[in-house]
Amino acid sequence: MELWNIFDTEWVPVGAWVESLLQWVVANFRFIFQAIKVPFDIVLTGLEDGLTQAPDLLILTLIVLVAWQAGGRRLGLISLACMTAIGLMGAWEESMTTLSIVLTCVVFCSLIGIPLGVVAAKNNRFWMILQPLLDLMQTIPSFVYLVPIVMLFSIGNVSGVIVTFIYALPPVVRLTNLGIRQVRADMVEAARAFGASNRQTLYKVELPLAMPTIMAGVNQTIMMALSMVVVSSMISVTGLGQMVLRGIGRLDMGLATVGGLGIVFLAIVIDRTSQSFGISARDRGHKKWYETGPVGAVRGLMKKG
Amino acid sequence: MSEAQIECRDLWKIYGRRADEAMKAVLSEGLSKEEVRDRYDCVLGVRDASFSVKKGEIFCIMGLSGSGKSTLVRHVNRLIEPTSGEIHVAGQRVDTMNENQLRQLRAETIGMVFQHMALWPHRTLGDNVGFGLEVRGVDLEQRRKASEIALEAMDLGGWIDHYPDQLSGGMQQRVGLARALAADPEILLMDEPFSALDPLIRRQLQDQFLDLSAHMDKTTLFITHDLDEAIRMGDHIAIMNDGEIVQIGTPEEIVTNPKDDYVAEFVKGISRVGLVRAETIMDKLDGREPTGKQVGLNAELGEIIEHFMEDQSPVTVISPDGPAVGQITIKSALTALRG
Repeated sequence: MELWNIFDTEWVPVGAWVESLLQWVVANFRFIFQAIKVPFDIVLTGLEDGLTQAPDLLILTLIVLVAWQAGGRRLGLISLACMTAIGLMGAWEESMTTLSIVLTCVVFCSLIGIPLGVVAAKNNRFWMILQPLLDLMQTIPSFVYLVPIVMLFSIGNVSGVIVTFIYALPPVVRLTNLGIRQVRADMVEAARAFGASNRQTLYKVELPLAMPTIMAGVNQTIMMALSMVVVSSMISVTGLGQMVLRGIGRLDMGLATVGGLGIVFLAIVIDRTSQSFGISARDRGHKKWYETGPVGAVRGLMKKG
Repeated sequence: MSEAQIECRDLWKIYGRRADEAMKAVLSEGLSKEEVRDRYDCVLGVRDASFSVKKGEIFCIMGLSGSGKSTLVRHVNRLIEPTSGEIHVAGQRVDTMNENQLRQLRAETIGMVFQHMALWPHRTLGDNVGFGLEVRGVDLEQRRKASEIALEAMDLGGWIDHYPDQLSGGMQQRVGLARALAADPEILLMDEPFSALDPLIRRQLQDQFLDLSAHMDKTTLFITHDLDEAIRMGDHIAIMNDGEIVQIGTPEEIVTNPKDDYVAEFVKGISRVGLVRAETIMDKLDGREPTGKQVGLNAELGEIIEHFMEDQSPVTVISPDGPAVGQITIKSALTALRG
């Protein structure tokens, strides 16, 4: 052995260890991971069935109405244009699959991320432990955990949601933590001074005041989920990502472009709509949500009639 | 009746991880603030504070920022836990209460007003004012009624469905007051309520509050860094410095008889005209003939000086039941005016 080049030898066989650890986990605990899949599966299947099987124009109308309600008439029109473009390009079915994967991911990220963020904001030690984990989840290249995910959860759309979930969870946790910590101390103190319990303070004062920041986190999570669409298609997740991947594989520039444009248009619609949810009532001139948008218009008509 | 509504006995607050050790050391060795900081890495917030507030009076705690006055007042509803000492409020002992009793006390017995209003921007004025009732589970209709009454008392009747950011600073602080009064508490804690307002509005709110408290029979603990305000508002004043209560007394006592240089420095620029009374500055009559000019024992310096405008002969002080008890020369009146 040459002393000057000691690193030619692999001294610590991390690869082999991980390999055997993974084999062992797969052999003995696969059922646990299969059980974890179940809730993801239920939500995803429900959304996907709904979005793909309903008439296209009905879904288009619904999306436009939601966008209008959330962000006003302008956003409604933008959404109409984007979604119509997707449909005319022939990517409607795929975009619905992608949309359902992204939405499922957002549901679980919010369901798990927001409570984690709240606990992190209340407990410094927990936050100290959580922070490096979140860093790890964000920085480790997603290709690295594609293989173990496939081995533990097998391939398909549900595994795609889980991969995306790991990648997209951190922002909502971070921004929830930040949002709660940023609530002015005297707001919280006032709530306590009038006899509110910790729970009441959280629900009536801290969460509402942190909501714009939390929604910014949810928005980031959505955007990260969208950016995973192509990567996750490598474990045979269907949808727009698969169009892109197939296009690359077959050097079919047209197919890749259609998929890519589809992702962009979908991203515009989801991003703007979810951002609009984060604007507080104060910044909308203290109008209740049901006083604006299509719901407001319908209510207006009913009052006149 | 001289029953104390709020009473703190030997209250200490030391911040830091080794507060208990530091507390013991302070008691046995009498360490100073600096020694506590250097030796135990702890901050002395309140040092051996004792005071009592009678029912119905306004008790001002006056001190500069960092003197511990805000810390002290937060012990009364235990937003801050005391390191040692006893707190009694409305006949109940606060420092040993459990969480539930404490929440009930805060919701029902003590109302609080904050320096920067601390109104919740996402709630309407009605929901702000009704918060204390809401967390106690009072139903919406009753809450709204109580909010309406409280806002009405602050001349904000029509604003119940508006939001705090639609109001001016003075109006916001009136909402703060309405919120504190909504549950009809016996005790008000006011933490520099008017100091963020401009002078004219501050004056108006002071008057409005004095007027209000005159016929509401609430016990008020009023924090301020402004001695003028303390003198205007307070039946009694406690002066704080460095976490310690330096002197407690009526405004007149504080101004005419400052206990040390620190207090003396404060009262230097304060006008004595509406403060010093005849009784404080009169000399014994000692057989001298009473003059024609007469004032009561409680006559203020301003009134006395008025008598000297005509001629400079001494003024006679008479007791409420008739006989002359003393006299004031122009010299002693002017001396008192100078301070």
